[in-house]
Amino acid sequence: MVKMRLTQAINAAYFEEMERNERIVLFGEDVEVSMFGDTRGLHAKFGSKRVRNTPISESAMTGMAVGAAMAGTPTICHLMFSNFALTGFDGIANQAAKLRLMTGGQARLPVTFVAAIGAGTSTGAQHSDTPYPMFMNLGGINIAVPATPADAKGLMKSALRGFNPTIFLLPRVRGATAGEVSEDPDFLVPYGKASVLQEGTDITIVAIGSCVNHAVRAAKALKEDGVSVELIDPRTLVPLDTDTIVASVRKTGRLVVADEARDRCSAASHIAAVVGDEAFSSLRAPIKRVTAPNIPMPYAPALERALLPDPEKIVAAAMLTMAG
Amino acid sequence: MSQPDLHHNFTPGPERLKAMLERMLLIRRTEEQLGADSRSGELPGNVHLCAGQEAIAVAVCDHLSDDDYVGSTHRGHGHFLAKGGSAKSLIAEVHGKSSGACGGLGGSMHVTDLSKGMIGANGIVGGGIGLAAGAALSAQVAGQGQVAVAFFGDGASSQGILSEVMNIAVLWKLPLLLVCEYNGYSEFSASATVNAGEIADRARAFGMPTEVIDGNDLEAVWAVAAVAIDRARKGEGPSFIEAKTYRLRGHLEAEDGFLQAPYRSEDEIDQWRTRDPIPRLAQRLVELSALTATDIEALEANVAAEVKDALQFAHESEPPGMERVLSSVFVDQRP
Repeated sequence: MVKMRLTQAINAAYFEEMERNERIVLFGEDVEVSMFGDTRGLHAKFGSKRVRNTPISESAMTGMAVGAAMAGTPTICHLMFSNFALTGFDGIANQAAKLRLMTGGQARLPVTFVAAIGAGTSTGAQHSDTPYPMFMNLGGINIAVPATPADAKGLMKSALRGFNPTIFLLPRVRGATAGEVSEDPDFLVPYGKASVLQEGTDITIVAIGSCVNHAVRAAKALKEDGVSVELIDPRTLVPLDTDTIVASVRKTGRLVVADEARDRCSAASHIAAVVGDEAFSSLRAPIKRVTAPNIPMPYAPALERALLPDPEKIVAAAMLTMAG
Repeated sequence: MSQPDLHHNFTPGPERLKAMLERMLLIRRTEEQLGADSRSGELPGNVHLCAGQEAIAVAVCDHLSDDDYVGSTHRGHGHFLAKGGSAKSLIAEVHGKSSGACGGLGGSMHVTDLSKGMIGANGIVGGGIGLAAGAALSAQVAGQGQVAVAFFGDGASSQGILSEVMNIAVLWKLPLLLVCEYNGYSEFSASATVNAGEIADRARAFGMPTEVIDGNDLEAVWAVAAVAIDRARKGEGPSFIEAKTYRLRGHLEAEDGFLQAPYRSEDEIDQWRTRDPIPRLAQRLVELSALTATDIEALEANVAAEVKDALQFAHESEPPGMERVLSSVFVDQRP
């Protein structure tokens, strides 16, 4: 085990997998300079054939990444901020998510789109979105949202060894988070397997991405009030490990979901709906969601803080649930 | 900026011309069958036919092997057959059968045969441009001399992805041939009303070898494609061909059912019928003494038998089951 930051863990995953499979290529805007640090050093190591800066041309980038993957070249397409995925959405939504089905299963699509998500550093409304709800609705693309360095490395390595299109979303405010990471070259984290960060008996908290750390802190505060929290990080939203979540709620009878995405049609509302369907008779209180409201993110720091989930909001929602 | 000339006096020779005539006939007769099936209500979905445009697909694909890639559009039956796809798998697919090219899950607008390097017709008119450019990148990295071709129309030329891909393809010297099948219409709108300037000039602006040719002259398309594809194989970068043509059928076969007024004149269509690439090539072969009236009848009979067999195959095939769907979303993962 070695201690590293989340972006370093992604970087290590790229290095290991690109060494292991010399067919993998990576391209994107400014990947040589590497704004977030995750692609740092790759160009020097692997050269211009496999690591390429692109123009600011997201339509071409996403479409070409899918075409290259379809032709047998595993491709990492770095989109920098997730909002830029929206300017290249055709390649993701109409091509990557649909081509395997449209070709009757002929196409294998080893393409991984990488982008940073989330607000909290006053980057304004067009660099602050958490758009995985849109991607979850596409039907044919996997979504990873790691919250720890170990999960980031293992999920990236799994994506690069697989043959399915994947959107790998890096919660930007978590990029500098340090944690222990395995050095085993075959350390992989499976898709569709939630991580139970702590077991508990009174309430289940499901937290996604940037909300995982908030939920850890909330669980500590709740423990001081005598509330035993079972804390679950789904890690991947497609596939989503609903079995683990539903089993936990059947045990605790209470659920709070913490998710930085806007509330409407969010991962949180989807999880709430699934639990409502499958564990209704176990629920002892209404399900609570701690999410962002259905508006674009403003710039001023105090407003961002007011709108985003935080440990206090998760504790408040949990206490309401406990009173229910 | 001076750009390499794509003109050359290459000629395919009579035997190859005859094979290409037969391939064009197969496309035409297959699509006539699908058009009839559409109008009779036998098809579950719509078809966009390429009648009149066959020479471009056939002449370009004559230079390609199964290891080369072709990306196409919603009007992709011709590209599918020109790239070596079978009439059986095409007709069965458009009829929504499990024996179709895509198991009946794709339909007319998504006919794909990866075993032939046909990476798909695409319901997004410029979608195939990005996919073909990506396949060209894959070919470049693999370093085996493969090339990729994107076929698209004048309508798709105004999607941003073409400009983005031309820029990247020139910068990266991708082994890519961009073929604009200029049929004068962007769905139901005359091209002149939706496309400013000359489309070929857009390609020239990126510094790409570019030619505007008569797309209904199979030999002209063949000669220019020969040079462009040879350049791509040698690592000399992308080229652009604007092939002027015309679709003799509508944007989609069902359009007569909803159009309140025609958007193009019968005179215009009749005028283009006189420039139909199929009789034109047949006449040329007769002039070369490479083909007789009896030969043409034999070609037609072969093609008619192939289409008839393919249709019977489609009729006798089963529709796809749900299991095929569930195994065709992800690899080794249930949706």
